[in-house]
Amino acid sequence: MTRFQGPEAFAPGGEALRLLPLRFERLQPGRVIVANLVGDMLLLSDEDLHRLAALNMKPGDGLYERAREKLLVAGEEDKAWPQILAMRLRSRMSFLSAPTALHILVVTLRCEHSCPYCQVSRRSTDAGAFDMSEAHAMRALDIALSASSPTIKLEFQGGEPLLNFGLIQTVVLAAEATAPARGKSVEFVIATNLALLTDEILEFCREHRVLLSTSLDGPADLHNRNRPRQGDNSHELAVSGIRRAQEALGHDRVSALMTTTEASLDCAENIVDEYLRLGLQGIFLRPLSPYGFAVKTKWFDKYDAERWLAFYERGLRHILRVNREGRRFREFYSTLLLKRMFTDNPSGYVDLRSPAGIGLGALVYNYDGRVFASDEGRMLAEMGDYSFELGHLDDANYRSLVTSDHLVALIGGTLSQCAPECSSCAFEPHCGAEPVYHHATQGDPVGIKPLSGFCTRQKGILKQLLRILDIGGEDAAVLRHWASA
Amino acid sequence: MTPLALAGRAKVIGFTDARRRTLLRLADPSRVPEAEADAALIQFPHDIPRAIASGFRTAVAIDWNVENLGGFDRVVRLGSGLGWLAAGDVMAAEPRSGRYRVLWRKASAHNAFLVTDRCDHLCLMCSQPPKHVEDGWIIDEIRDCLPLLPLDTAMVGFTGGEPFLDWERFVPLATEVQERLPQTSIHVLTNGRAFARAQVVDAWSRLDRGRACVGIPIYSAVDAVHDYIVQSRHALDETVLGILRLKNKGNRVEVRVVLHRLTVERLVETCEWLARNLPFLDHVALMGMEETGFALANQATLWVDPVDYGNVLTRAVFALAAARLKVSVYNLPLCVLPEAVRPYAVRSISDWKNMHPEICATCQARERCAGFFSTGRPRLSRGIAPIKLAADHAFP
Repeated sequence: MTRFQGPEAFAPGGEALRLLPLRFERLQPGRVIVANLVGDMLLLSDEDLHRLAALNMKPGDGLYERAREKLLVAGEEDKAWPQILAMRLRSRMSFLSAPTALHILVVTLRCEHSCPYCQVSRRSTDAGAFDMSEAHAMRALDIALSASSPTIKLEFQGGEPLLNFGLIQTVVLAAEATAPARGKSVEFVIATNLALLTDEILEFCREHRVLLSTSLDGPADLHNRNRPRQGDNSHELAVSGIRRAQEALGHDRVSALMTTTEASLDCAENIVDEYLRLGLQGIFLRPLSPYGFAVKTKWFDKYDAERWLAFYERGLRHILRVNREGRRFREFYSTLLLKRMFTDNPSGYVDLRSPAGIGLGALVYNYDGRVFASDEGRMLAEMGDYSFELGHLDDANYRSLVTSDHLVALIGGTLSQCAPECSSCAFEPHCGAEPVYHHATQGDPVGIKPLSGFCTRQKGILKQLLRILDIGGEDAAVLRHWASA
Repeated sequence: MTPLALAGRAKVIGFTDARRRTLLRLADPSRVPEAEADAALIQFPHDIPRAIASGFRTAVAIDWNVENLGGFDRVVRLGSGLGWLAAGDVMAAEPRSGRYRVLWRKASAHNAFLVTDRCDHLCLMCSQPPKHVEDGWIIDEIRDCLPLLPLDTAMVGFTGGEPFLDWERFVPLATEVQERLPQTSIHVLTNGRAFARAQVVDAWSRLDRGRACVGIPIYSAVDAVHDYIVQSRHALDETVLGILRLKNKGNRVEVRVVLHRLTVERLVETCEWLARNLPFLDHVALMGMEETGFALANQATLWVDPVDYGNVLTRAVFALAAARLKVSVYNLPLCVLPEAVRPYAVRSISDWKNMHPEICATCQARERCAGFFSTGRPRLSRGIAPIKLAADHAFP
């Protein structure tokens, strides 16, 4: 008869264990979030956290099992657990191996809207001085196609880019003609308010598979208050534009973004319902950013991060309720974060990366030929601050832009992995360095995180998501579905 | 109800070297033999003149009562329960002892060669308990067997014991299978620990990786649990390290979790761990336990009725599926599975040891059901009941 050893023969003693890198953060009194190196999270009581830190646990007590499964502890001699962490970290950072997929062309700064919160400081003049020249557009395309990413996204921005649609057509046709020979596939997006949408433009977008991204702040009264234009018909034009685009291009080829103003704060449900009414597939609940007119008109200062978080939570709860009732509809920002929490797929979202996405994730070619490291960088430039300018289309090439000492110093100096507060934050794996935001709000690209609205919002949303996931049930299942599909 | 007798005793006559095991490939008596090992399969008296006319010098006769075999040089006489043997099957016979073993059945999709009885694990539920024997000759016999296998073979399985204990001889054997059978895939059941060493992975990676898969068990992400189940310290660490090394070189890896009381306790966590940390696995199989070998000796520790872990199994399957992992449930009859899990169930029990009890006679899902192991002393779930499908039910 074979002799089997009992389970105690395979239990490591306390001295043979070691802690793997971990970080923690209080979720609520008596509940602590503990995260491993790659952001897998475990909720523990205060007592269990202390036991974990002291390695005071053994097989069978529940804590040992959970700490092992979450890669928080390993045996002193173990090789596999550290190796898994290294491998997963490599996966999560693999966006670095195909840099600069996003290229934004500001084809004009002119706009026929006069939004008080305009973050790009649009011009209302008819003067051509605020349009990009064809020569600059062709230089921008050449640089975009020199980036090492195999897929390139060209995004046309403004102002209102449809005011210079001829240039968009020229760039799209030139890209289609030259990209294949350079081994690139190119995707096109126009960020437009749709007010100037014509059937000819729609036909061009259909033929060349151009995506449309528009602005919709909610129901008519709110939207028109936020986005005034002559005729007071911004909402009407946006809605009819969305409908026509859905019909001509398909429901998945047009999306909308909302911007939260003080007037939005009490209307989270109505805003979501407006998106549902239009058959949109989700909503991106987005705060105002500290740039352009939003700062000048002080709209940016009218609510703080806490008030915005309360708005966000109302919106998210409403969206989950809608999903419980059987309608598939998602909040895009939490989807981004949930994908970060539940998969190791590298983040394609340039604003939530460390090393920061400036330059390495996106390049912005301004109407005047200046090249910026991010969309917000050119917004700052309109305010007289050229800190994020990398060069000029007249003499720059891809290499000179992304390997400039200036950019390298900005990125290297703001790594969340080693920035104060961030390096010890449980949410660091799901966050990013935000050098432009912190430069704009605190005059320093690293910033003091406890004073940062960005940081407050990030932690706030992640905690909201964790509470829902912790409770489980249908809402948690919806969130998990967003992460996986 | 009894499994096919793949091994037993025969009357073996006329073999010159009585100590050497001899390989025989059964052949249709009316066709000309192609290889030295080809032996006419004699099932009826009229097969005898045909075989002699075709030029056979060796015969394998089913049924002790077949007479007049004097026209052959070499004869193996088998019992009458072996009527399922067919042309193309390969057997090994040992003249002195009369022992024979059927190594290959042409009709089966589950052919697997046992590479060794030795193992460095001693799993509590092992269905094939290891033996401390010197059995290096088995690899030689398998190699001799390869020229006798049909070219259109879909799959060759290898099992043990631990096939990679003698990896320096086993990897060349696998290579030879791929060279001789260019359309055939290889599947090896291994505990994976050998792959913790880079040189073993390097050797294995030189195979045609698209046609080679290893099936490796992980019973828990908790070392104390996995190591206890396999009765070996540091097993989980080495096994996981081996999987990482294999996948790093682009090899196909399947993870197998046998379901019993010790693994079911944290099955959801184990599968969440697999989904989160090894999402690049090619397949995960959650497997009902075969009640034979050590599983019988340890039944008090291991037995759990599958109907009592249905809920856990559902969550485990969906944790894997949500991470886009290919997941299958093996060895469990459909009626004991929650409906949501049934689409993942596979008819996995080797045909030669598969059976259905009488209660299944009226079941409408029987054709798609894995059935039961006929080996050992099967303990039947109290959840077994015929399934009645709705008229419009498209199953699964």
